[in-house]
Amino acid sequence: MAAVHLPPTLPSLFVDLPRRLEVDAATVVEAIDRLDERWPGLRDRLCEPGPALRTHINVYVDRERAELGTAIDAGSRVDVIAAISGG
Amino acid sequence: MPARVTVIVGTRKGCFLLESDADRRDWSMRGPYCDGWPVYHAIHDAGTGTLYAACASEWHGAGVWRSPDLGESWELSSEGLAYDNGDLKLSKVSGLTAAHGRLLAGAEAAGVFESRDGGTTWSLLSTLDGQPGRDDWNVPTNQPPGHLGVPAILPHPDEASRFWAIVQGFGIFETTDDGASWTPRNKGLRADWPLDDPEVGYCVHKLVMSPVDNDRLYQQNHVGMHRSDDAGQSWVEITEGLPTEFGFAAAAHPHDRDTFYVVPLDPGHGRCMPEGQAAVWRTRDAGSTWQRLDRGLPQHDAHLGVLREGMAIDSLDTPGLYFGTSTGQVFASADEGETWSEIASYLPAIASVEVTVHD
Repeated sequence: MAAVHLPPTLPSLFVDLPRRLEVDAATVVEAIDRLDERWPGLRDRLCEPGPALRTHINVYVDRERAELGTAIDAGSRVDVIAAISGG
Repeated sequence: MPARVTVIVGTRKGCFLLESDADRRDWSMRGPYCDGWPVYHAIHDAGTGTLYAACASEWHGAGVWRSPDLGESWELSSEGLAYDNGDLKLSKVSGLTAAHGRLLAGAEAAGVFESRDGGTTWSLLSTLDGQPGRDDWNVPTNQPPGHLGVPAILPHPDEASRFWAIVQGFGIFETTDDGASWTPRNKGLRADWPLDDPEVGYCVHKLVMSPVDNDRLYQQNHVGMHRSDDAGQSWVEITEGLPTEFGFAAAAHPHDRDTFYVVPLDPGHGRCMPEGQAAVWRTRDAGSTWQRLDRGLPQHDAHLGVLREGMAIDSLDTPGLYFGTSTGQVFASADEGETWSEIASYLPAIASVEVTVHD
């Protein structure tokens, strides 16, 4: 199970969505799909049609910049980051 | 039960509600709602009592928040708010309209979406394919900063399949068959720039209809105020007597077809009320003459801007007017604009103001 860390702007949009949770998936996009199954609509908050990560959403797997197809394994840490912005 | 008046304020940092009774003297405020997302347009559907707020988060994309209980609880949906066509990307829902048991949404890139289940799911109704200008208006180099695509849709109150859509920078298009076909409705408008096609290329900021005469339309244009007496088939300019030809907001009197309100602004980068003196302007004779309304509004050092959805009028016997500024103030008048008071002072930048009268 990979450890997925979500940005603070997400949990308030979905009932009982935690900031940190365990997900069984082989790639980043699979992990997002698993979350979308439990919290419908979550994929749209992170991905644009295509799919592609939204412009200001970044994902890191084990501290390396990742894309939707990046592989993850049972011990991975997946950080989903909302880009720092001002105003 | 005595009437309650709720002003729905959409801001850069969420939606706020201002509430009063029919006297409209004392106001209370609730909010922010919508998790602080930037709101482009927030409305109240009188048919169902539901609030809707069109938002676009720079992180999490566009969606429409809805509240069935006047703000007590909110849900977000964007299901169906997307283009299948890979060439078009939906960046925001710019304008919302509730009519005839459904919601219509104008979007950027330019398109019209509908929801028939109260905002839970959406489907694309039209991208106005084949219309003059269609090949140009989604090209980024043709678009202004903060492009809105279809910023507003005006429904016909009696004919469910008939409505008018504004395409930013191109003009008004009317459909009578629910978006299957369209007709440009820009005849008589002025453009201070070269036009490839005289049917389109007009910068319509706000379109309103008289509730007592559905053929009487008014518009605040980038260049001038205009009136139509034939439901948009032709337009005449009614700018003379106003301090500037530029502005965004407009409101039509609910009981008098000849009374109409605008907020003239300086054109150019400033886009504030001229001379730092706040005023709303009113015509009572369909644009032949205009009166400046400023009692109670700040008259010095008040550099206030009001955006296209930033003014509303209620439906009470003596209608109340409301406008919100880009610097976070809301001003209200309970006497048709004769006198004004500031009912909110420190909100985030305001994009939209709507008002509803309810039990």
